[in-house]
Amino acid sequence: MSQFALRRSGSTRVLPGFGLSMGISVLFISLVLLLPITGLFGQLAGLSLAEYWAIITEGRVVASYMVTIGAAAVAALVNAVFGLLLAWVLVRYEFPGKRLLDALMDLPFALPTAVAGITLATLYAGSGWMGSWLEAIGINVAYTWVGIALAMAFTSIPFVVRTVQPVLEDMPVEVDEAAMSLGATDGVAFRRVIMPHLWPALVTGTGLAFVRSLGEFGAIIFIAGNMPYETEITALMIFVKLQEYDYAGASAIASVVLFVSLALLLAINIWQGRFVRRLHGGNA
Amino acid sequence: MSIRLDNIAKHFGNTQALEPISLDINEGELVGLLGPSGSGKTTLLRIIAGLENADRTAQPGKILFGERDVTHVHVRDRRIGFVFQNYALFRHMSVYDNVAFGLTVLSRKHRPSSGEIRARVYRLLEMVKLESFANRYPAQLSGGQQQRVSLARALAVEPEVLLLDEPFGALDAKVRQELRRWLRHLHDELNFTSVFVTHDQEEALELSDRVVVMSNGRIEQIDTPDALYRSPANRFVFEFLGDVNHLEGKVNNAVLTCGDAHLHVDLPDGHEELLLRPHEVRLTQAPTAESHLPVTITAISPVGAEVRVELEADWLAQPWLATVRHTDFEHLELQRGQRLYAHPRHWRRFPESVSKAPEQRHVA
Repeated sequence: MSQFALRRSGSTRVLPGFGLSMGISVLFISLVLLLPITGLFGQLAGLSLAEYWAIITEGRVVASYMVTIGAAAVAALVNAVFGLLLAWVLVRYEFPGKRLLDALMDLPFALPTAVAGITLATLYAGSGWMGSWLEAIGINVAYTWVGIALAMAFTSIPFVVRTVQPVLEDMPVEVDEAAMSLGATDGVAFRRVIMPHLWPALVTGTGLAFVRSLGEFGAIIFIAGNMPYETEITALMIFVKLQEYDYAGASAIASVVLFVSLALLLAINIWQGRFVRRLHGGNA
Repeated sequence: MSIRLDNIAKHFGNTQALEPISLDINEGELVGLLGPSGSGKTTLLRIIAGLENADRTAQPGKILFGERDVTHVHVRDRRIGFVFQNYALFRHMSVYDNVAFGLTVLSRKHRPSSGEIRARVYRLLEMVKLESFANRYPAQLSGGQQQRVSLARALAVEPEVLLLDEPFGALDAKVRQELRRWLRHLHDELNFTSVFVTHDQEEALELSDRVVVMSNGRIEQIDTPDALYRSPANRFVFEFLGDVNHLEGKVNNAVLTCGDAHLHVDLPDGHEELLLRPHEVRLTQAPTAESHLPVTITAISPVGAEVRVELEADWLAQPWLATVRHTDFEHLELQRGQRLYAHPRHWRRFPESVSKAPEQRHVA
């Protein structure tokens, strides 16, 4: 409203193209994001609340939530640690092959997830390179939740690296130096000076990685083994319902994933907004 | 705590940032490292702090704080305070927490009680006149206030040596002036040894007990501001410390000629270049027997205690600058475009060989 009022009072924007670019953006979001989500709810309209509840709380589906959330949580935490380490290495040190490593970070984004899934499955199967070696010391990766977590970690590591990296680049080295000149040990400087800066980005990146893992399908189904109640992920449950032409059932399960993801992203955004305001001088 | 640097050198890749340097700084002294960018002054300061390591050559350098050899001591154990040009405050901590940081990271054995920390932080905040800002965040403060917080933070650990890297570089002129005076006052009161880096000759001359003039990784001269200004060791120091007018020409029979200008000088025949400060130029309506230097006024700026007059002439490669007192300015009725004669009151020459002391002459 306010800009219409502004325009009427005679002042116009200096930057051109607001109407056109905003219009196209809204149209694009509507077509690509809002319309499919609306379609999803349209499908749900065919279900009564009791039916909906019955579908989403069916034993096999609930087991799949557990597997998915558990594996995604493990994958996200592993990525938080190693993603932070990778971002640190990429920003703070100079070494040969740095550019190559930096480019490799985006590979999980670029690679079709099915390709990743098949590769991981052959590598970690009992007869595979890594699998046979790990089996010798009693660790089964393929066809267990460990394999699921591994596939999830693979596809979501760029989220952590790419959110932490720019924040770390932005942080002047003098801040570390100041902490050390004041007598802080490396550990204290990291915990009290560096981490608080990286924390919001790290949480965001980890949250994104977690949400991405919740919905991952292609990379996981090849390595998961897909045993009911054991290694079935929620995305697979949706797929199974679809194969049975049970569109309403598929939508019901999909809506659960959607709500969880949205709630998490929203929570992270609100929390992060508070932190950023403090850094830029607002009232925290 | 006195500081002694012995044979300290540093190179980055193929560039020699510091030639081997030796320097003694007395206890309680306030020393300015002055030089253009790339002269090695910041590198030297960072080596004193321990943020940079000196080269390990055949004759390894040594850094002593008093009797203590700190050459291989880590920055966190050197007991220095370091103030950064861009303040380097911890942005996620309040002003209070920033200042308290150095005390709270002490090992449990050495850490003061929380009540004592609180008292000490407030005493420091009072000293930097920011006690009412304790709960603010750095982003809510002006540049001058942030730099004061950064000073209080460095002083909280009671360092024996305070090192400042272009501490006032990013501030506007008025705040800079104020902070300069305040730092001088603080230094005299608390009696620590301070070294600061600056590229501003006025700042160095005003603030320091002694100034170390550097260029190209070498120390050009170490002296008190007064001695430095009056008897610069070489041409670089003379030119760096203020505006300089050049007069270049051939000397024949004790007369230096340059185009249609000539000046009586007591020098042997040959090519000569004379240097003089703006305040050493006198302007008159007529030439004298000693000097005939016709000039034209191209700009006048009556700012400050003196009037700055820019002079040009065919025989000058670069315009001259002269400063005239306001009374003389009114007396001479100076105007732009006016033709006058310049008379050097005093000039210097720096013969090419660096070892020779500069010559100074007075002209009648």
